[in-house]
Amino acid sequence: MKKILILGGGTAGTIMVNKLRKALEREEWEITIVDQHRTHYYQPGFLFIPFDIYTRHDVVKPKGDFFPAGVNVVYAAIDRIEADRNRVHLEGGTFLQYDFLIIATGTQTRPDQTPGLKDALWYKEIFDFYTIEGAVALRDFFRKWEGGRLVMNIADLPYKCPVAPLEFIFLADAYFTKKGMRDKVDITYVTPLPGAFTKPVATRMLSELLQEKNIHIVPEFYLERIDNENKKLISYDEQEVPFDVLAIVPLNMGSDMIARSGLGDDLNYVLTDKHTLRSEKYENIFVLGDAANLPTSKAGSVAHFSAEILFENLMSAIEGRPLLAKFDGHANCYIETGFGKGSLIDFNYETEPLPGTFPLPGVGPFGLLKNTKMNHYGKVLFRWIYWHILLKGKELPVEAEMTMAGKKLWKF
Amino acid sequence: MATKTFAGKIIEINEEGYLVNASEWTPDVAKEIAAEEGIELTDLHFRVLDFIRDKAGSGVALTIRSIGNSGIIDIKQFYQLFPGGPLKKASRIAGIKKPSSCV
Repeated sequence: MKKILILGGGTAGTIMVNKLRKALEREEWEITIVDQHRTHYYQPGFLFIPFDIYTRHDVVKPKGDFFPAGVNVVYAAIDRIEADRNRVHLEGGTFLQYDFLIIATGTQTRPDQTPGLKDALWYKEIFDFYTIEGAVALRDFFRKWEGGRLVMNIADLPYKCPVAPLEFIFLADAYFTKKGMRDKVDITYVTPLPGAFTKPVATRMLSELLQEKNIHIVPEFYLERIDNENKKLISYDEQEVPFDVLAIVPLNMGSDMIARSGLGDDLNYVLTDKHTLRSEKYENIFVLGDAANLPTSKAGSVAHFSAEILFENLMSAIEGRPLLAKFDGHANCYIETGFGKGSLIDFNYETEPLPGTFPLPGVGPFGLLKNTKMNHYGKVLFRWIYWHILLKGKELPVEAEMTMAGKKLWKF
Repeated sequence: MATKTFAGKIIEINEEGYLVNASEWTPDVAKEIAAEEGIELTDLHFRVLDFIRDKAGSGVALTIRSIGNSGIIDIKQFYQLFPGGPLKKASRIAGIKKPSSCV
């Protein structure tokens, strides 16, 4: 019996285990998935919790509900991968052997890595919304808050779901407007990027929205530490930004297990061929989702699109054929902009987000880089699609490879 | 593509002033680009530039954090050596492409 081992049962690992169990003969292939946690979080939903739009109940289900029959599920922490011997050691001293390994251990927020972050004000006046605990604590804070300076900061790059902090401030603007206290809330977006976003066309559209909503932006701010006493962010070049409440995206890092296994970069992301999705060091290791060091967004859509490519290449590797499927870095993100509207971006390694229609050229129904009600409905519907179609590895009417059809080339 | 004369050599640059071919870089070219940025290069600057050129050659994405982990300087010193956008400035002076932050 040959063995495939998947590390991580989040979005990427769950999609993959479903695809593989369907495709491979049970008599021939044993499939095992390992994760230390039993709860699957719908992470795009965390964003809505601070604003009382979603509750905990909307974003939580047991992981086990999404694993197919006929696979071994192991709930245990991983100590390290011993790639030279095709083994994964679990905490407690046992190990699992594999013929092929898929690493899908994701990325985690690491507030412990910034001095003063996980300190006196943590979950009192400083919150993240990338964990259920942070999102719920921030909701409780906002319910009672009487106004002041709200600062949204991104500590470092790369981070999961690059549009989420922008969505956060758009939703904050709408939330405080509806509460009739927007005039008492000063919103500032503090980012290490040179503008609202990395790519020019999307930055222009998003900067206009920020201006329209009276949100200030402090670009090129690289956070060194947080002064808890004076409630200030301090950058490496000694800029200071004061806050009354701080929402922060802490430094993101891959699993420490990757470092212990000697497979990662400075931030514990696995060195991965960006087209084939195979480890740069080992021919029988593939990497899916946020765990890889791919130069594209860390996002569920990337895990979803790249799963199809990884699947094809893994089948080729099993049969000893060359890896012909090439991932293009395709990402697709809904951007909630508040007041029941949303925007949408679609891009890859080479092509920046452009205006147009999606997924059908000229038809839509979604507008790329446009602020519409339909895009917002897309995001709302997506939660259902995620639980019922995407995680199960079923087909969606969207191609893995990005298409230029429906996009307009933009000239300044 | 535009060209510009640095240290007596005609060198191809892109619209943002970054060298098109990293192989055309020399320490003297670096000194002249640095002067445009208002920086006078010291030995410590050159050690950082060597690290950046090595790292860029290996194809691994360059980040401010990776320079902080280089063992040569910490991030604070990096900001002091290349004030205001150190990664972009240091990359330009090192003759490599502008580091792309992914979305």
